[in-house]
Amino acid sequence: MSDPTHPHRPAQLHPGAWWLWSLGLGTAATRTTNPLLLSLLIAASAYVVATCRSRTPGSHSYSAFLKLALAVLLIRLVFAVALGSPVPGTHVLVTLPELPLPHWAQGIRLGGRVTAESLLFAFYDGLKLAALLVCVGAANALANPSRLLKSLPGALYETGVAVVVALTFAPNLIADVQRLRAARRLRGRPDSGIRGLLQVGLPVLEGALERSVALAAAMDARGYGRTAEVPPAVRRTTAALTLGGLLGVCAGTYGLLTAEGGTYGLPLLLAGVAAALAGLRLGGRRSLRTRYRPDRWDARAWLVAGSGAAVAALLTVAADADPAALLPGVVPLVAPTLPLWPAAAVLLALLPALLAPKEPS
Amino acid sequence: MIRFEDVSVTYEGAAEPTVRGVDFEVPEGELVLLVGPSGVGKSTILGAVSGLVPHFTGGTLRGRVTVAGRDTRTHKPRELADVVGTVGQDPLSHFVTDTVEDELAYGMESLGLAPDVMRRRVEETLDLLGLADLRNRPIATLSGGQQQRVAIGSVLTPHPRVLVLDEPTSALDPAAAEEVLAVLQRLVHDLGTTVLLAEHRLERVIQYADQVAVLPAPGAPLQLGPPADMMAVSPVCPPVVELGRLAGWSPLPLTVRDARRRAAGLREQLAQPAGSRAAQPRGLRAPVPPRAAPDPKRGGTPQARAGDSAPASARTRRWLPLLRKNTAPPVTEPPTPALTAEVHAVSVRRARIQALRHIDLTITPGETLALMGRNGAGKSTLLNTLVGLIEPTGGSVSIGGRTPHRTPPPTLIRHVGLVPQEPRDLLHADTVAAECTAADRDAHATPGTCRALLSDLLPDTTGLTADIHPRDLSEGQRLTLALAVVLTARPPLLLLDEPTRGLDYAAKTRLVTLLRDLAADGHAIVLATHDVELAAELAHRVVLLADGEVIADGPTAEVVVSSPSFAPQITKILAPQQWLTVAQVRAALA
Repeated sequence: MSDPTHPHRPAQLHPGAWWLWSLGLGTAATRTTNPLLLSLLIAASAYVVATCRSRTPGSHSYSAFLKLALAVLLIRLVFAVALGSPVPGTHVLVTLPELPLPHWAQGIRLGGRVTAESLLFAFYDGLKLAALLVCVGAANALANPSRLLKSLPGALYETGVAVVVALTFAPNLIADVQRLRAARRLRGRPDSGIRGLLQVGLPVLEGALERSVALAAAMDARGYGRTAEVPPAVRRTTAALTLGGLLGVCAGTYGLLTAEGGTYGLPLLLAGVAAALAGLRLGGRRSLRTRYRPDRWDARAWLVAGSGAAVAALLTVAADADPAALLPGVVPLVAPTLPLWPAAAVLLALLPALLAPKEPS
Repeated sequence: MIRFEDVSVTYEGAAEPTVRGVDFEVPEGELVLLVGPSGVGKSTILGAVSGLVPHFTGGTLRGRVTVAGRDTRTHKPRELADVVGTVGQDPLSHFVTDTVEDELAYGMESLGLAPDVMRRRVEETLDLLGLADLRNRPIATLSGGQQQRVAIGSVLTPHPRVLVLDEPTSALDPAAAEEVLAVLQRLVHDLGTTVLLAEHRLERVIQYADQVAVLPAPGAPLQLGPPADMMAVSPVCPPVVELGRLAGWSPLPLTVRDARRRAAGLREQLAQPAGSRAAQPRGLRAPVPPRAAPDPKRGGTPQARAGDSAPASARTRRWLPLLRKNTAPPVTEPPTPALTAEVHAVSVRRARIQALRHIDLTITPGETLALMGRNGAGKSTLLNTLVGLIEPTGGSVSIGGRTPHRTPPPTLIRHVGLVPQEPRDLLHADTVAAECTAADRDAHATPGTCRALLSDLLPDTTGLTADIHPRDLSEGQRLTLALAVVLTARPPLLLLDEPTRGLDYAAKTRLVTLLRDLAADGHAIVLATHDVELAAELAHRVVLLADGEVIADGPTAEVVVSSPSFAPQITKILAPQQWLTVAQVRAALA
């Protein structure tokens, strides 16, 4: 809840800045497996989330992402224990009974030796994935995806709304399941277990569908999808530009990736992108929409996005310069050390905590 | 402004048109109230104004509907969005964005208004509806009344010339409903907006209407006229009108004030033969338990009620033996001190909000208790705690000696049953028959129990065939089916959450008779409701909740009479005498 004595809309940072910042951090996380650096990265993003997030329902999703990250880490470890690992190791922790498999499943091993090296490798690897997930979670908590929509070009707006409406489907579904399981209890049936969940399935889907139809009716009655008349020439040009642009992008990408297309690939790609953008811009003429108090891309947004990009760039450079520190080996077993300069670079991610507007508390 | 020319609507797969030969015109700047029993096609007419019928719902519309000169045949709902604003029954399904301010701006964005115009109108609307403090709040965290105001605000910002509202106050507590209606009146008076609204709770809205459109029965022609004239012929009417009809006043009063000015004679008449009436059993003034009883909560009630329900119709008597078969203790036994439920110092904290604080409550067999209070006061939380869906964070709940949240569901349903706000949640099967069979199985009752209960509760089972889908039932029928399902296990404590939402007066009267007989039969009943008229007719005791605390607990007459927002119309008209319902007055005059 915001403070009623503070009626002004809190000066919000452009949601795109938060997404760029988070993606920057995510990229940085993929550059290293050093658990100390990764932990530092997670801690930095968590600190920023804790100080800057607004009190919207979406911001509560952060804890869900943290749980998901933990689950991913655990699953990675369980797989390493159960299915073995290609990492050679000498420090055997425990030997599980190995399941003999038929010859056609030669590549797979079930059970067997569990070495400290393989466990550690799985842990490093899992932690990297977990850090990536936490970064996405941070973006979600800091900037509601539907706010990002407001910055989409007019031609894409309607598709965007459809996507957001589809995204709210899942939370509503969960609320419905909870309500109907409570209703099962009222009928005197056990409210837990898979059977209970399956039996509420159909009513839940029915309810969700009815709600979607009601929402669609409300949106239609409120003018969603109103279009302006545009001359046929503009319409045709839009179609030609968009189609041509997309073809150009495809051909350009192909050219870039094949060996012999080096000369025409890049120019074709750029031309395609330009044509597609022009098509989008022209297509926006059909849309009547205006925007209410759009988020502005200001100096702070540049700094926030820049800090994320800087972390990504510095860690990429560091990974090339000092692979031993950023990608600590597991064979032989060594304790990872905290490389000083990359660690300082990660701390740059804390910049938004100082810059971003805070919610009045 | 709105013109219907010989309109009939036939939905796909329906043999008969839902509405037929509707022909009327709503002039600019009028507030027209659309009334009629459930299922006569009120929502269809409202939908036809915004063009959602038939563009969105399908079906065939014959005739012609024009709004501000635009034919809905050639204009889709989105092309009418700048002249018609529509708010449906459920405000939650109306919201596209997630904060108040964005929601207010959404419609204007779709219409492509200039940013500075949008900004100005949002500020104006925030002030008009008293939403300024909530502007940054996520909509999901608002109370029902606030959500309804946001929904109305969100269609106001594009400055539509016509506003169409379907039951705008049915989910609101009396104070919030008045707030919303005051806003509507302001729009009509100050901005000249044309308003067409449908509402079951006529007592709340009739005084604001310039004209009333009555749909007396399915397929019957629509009649439009001044409110007083229309109320004389309407099959549904609020208590104030009913009292006027009873007293033979003409023209009929529409507001409490009108009626009060004419009620002097009636008051005298009611006060005068006090001596002769005192000889009659006091039970006539149902459902108020005798004031003389030293403690109305502890056992005096069953006998009092035996007197009350004597005039119950033979029809409802018929099914009582069925219920009585296994119900213990029988009504005629001397009052047992055993409590149906005891709530001691219960507190509930949910999501960092203190929903209930230190609630003490006892419920005795045969007692009907109404839980009242504004939206979000904790009524539903208390019911859910009683039925074990919520574990109290402090204190203890005991239902027939058991702790609800620790009792396995199959056992619990024999002690307490809850009919939730949305009865549909309880119904999972494809047909009414399957639902009844499942209920028998769940309750380990003899096969056929639920079905027999249902046909007793709904004697006029025309149209209620066994293979109909529960969703195709009317609101009242669905509620009764849910009630039958819950009663199959014969719980001594019956809880109902907002039972009259969406019910017309006829369905409500049936429900009242039903619940009164159940109470006479020894069931303890707890109703959470905003409907003061229902509480007045039914409850022996009213408990007022505010912010999760009990702020009043006492006999209905005492609690509601002393509160201006919870007093029923009859009480207000006949004050200082303490009458609650038209039925009481009628009985006293007879």
